[in-house]
Amino acid sequence: MIPTPSSLRPGDAPPPSAFQLFLAFAKIGLTSFGGGLSGWMMREFVQRREWLSEAEFLSGLALAQAFPGVNVINMSIWVGFRLRGGVGALAGALGLVVPAMLLALAVVGAFSAAAKSDSVHVALAGVAAAAVGLSLQTGLRAARRAAQSMAAAAIMAATFGAIFFLRLPLLWVVGTMAPLSVGLAYLRLRAREGS
Amino acid sequence: MNLKSLLEVVLVFVPLSFLTVGGGQSIVADIHRQSVDVYGWMNNAQFMDLYALSRIIPGPGALLVTLVGWQAAGLAGALVASAAIFIPSSLLVYGLAHLWTRFKGTRCIRAVEAGLVPVAAGMVLAASCTVLRAAEGGAWAWGVAAVSTLALMLTRLSPFLMLGLGAVVFLVALG
Repeated sequence: MIPTPSSLRPGDAPPPSAFQLFLAFAKIGLTSFGGGLSGWMMREFVQRREWLSEAEFLSGLALAQAFPGVNVINMSIWVGFRLRGGVGALAGALGLVVPAMLLALAVVGAFSAAAKSDSVHVALAGVAAAAVGLSLQTGLRAARRAAQSMAAAAIMAATFGAIFFLRLPLLWVVGTMAPLSVGLAYLRLRAREGS
Repeated sequence: MNLKSLLEVVLVFVPLSFLTVGGGQSIVADIHRQSVDVYGWMNNAQFMDLYALSRIIPGPGALLVTLVGWQAAGLAGALVASAAIFIPSSLLVYGLAHLWTRFKGTRCIRAVEAGLVPVAAGMVLAASCTVLRAAEGGAWAWGVAAVSTLALMLTRLSPFLMLGLGAVVFLVALG
């Protein structure tokens, strides 16, 4: 089993300023057509800018989804806080919400008829299908990381099956699988490092 | 300014802030019930228009709340509704992030971080497949998603190119 220290930062670039965080999240808020915002975030922050390691991003993503609140907003607070403390959290959340919100208000005033057009509807369904690719890419990267141990691979498969095939409520599934998986990870760390 | 409507907006969205899990889809049914049946801010067709619009525009799908607030009480309603849905749960997560930094590096925190990765993997994969199962276009949706995934993983093509191609494929195949 290969250790994956989550504190490892891939680039040694200095942490971004609050303004840079605001701009980066504003870009995500304004360009994430078709949903799948967490996929856009991973691409931007882990792959392109290397502000966070893949493991840091993924554990934050699981927490953001398990906690109440819109998960992408939770994620912006999490990432912002990690990189720049309280100011970073504020900059991240405002960046994600405010520009997209202003755009939404402008659009609702001007183009509400567009939403009813059939070809807009079909094109949008196509955009949404392609946007799933971003989420799937995030999931597959996480899966590759999880597949390093049998127990983790089993947890991943059980989580997937419970949500997709059994259609159980997300909260129950995460409420069961997360403590189990964390407990196993704790035992594994203790076995490796001694108590 | 209509203070009564603004107060209603706060009463509807602050509790929903804590009940939101996932992408915000979990509360759409309740927003619909309250804004159409309980408070009568709009009729059913108006709600469906706002919902469709919230799917078209970029950004968090939860911006539906902003649009509903706008319909209920104008610009002030939009701002109050957004604050009511986003701020309460955000404070909770902020507190969590704070605790995290304080205990960073302890074995417990490292176990949580390592243990959550496979759960996140299962969740993200299941969410993607659930979206595709419900998607319009059936096999076309799975095909477009598969091609887009491969292109994003194996090439340096821009995601925007894939989104545009998805729209074109759907317009040609189903339009």
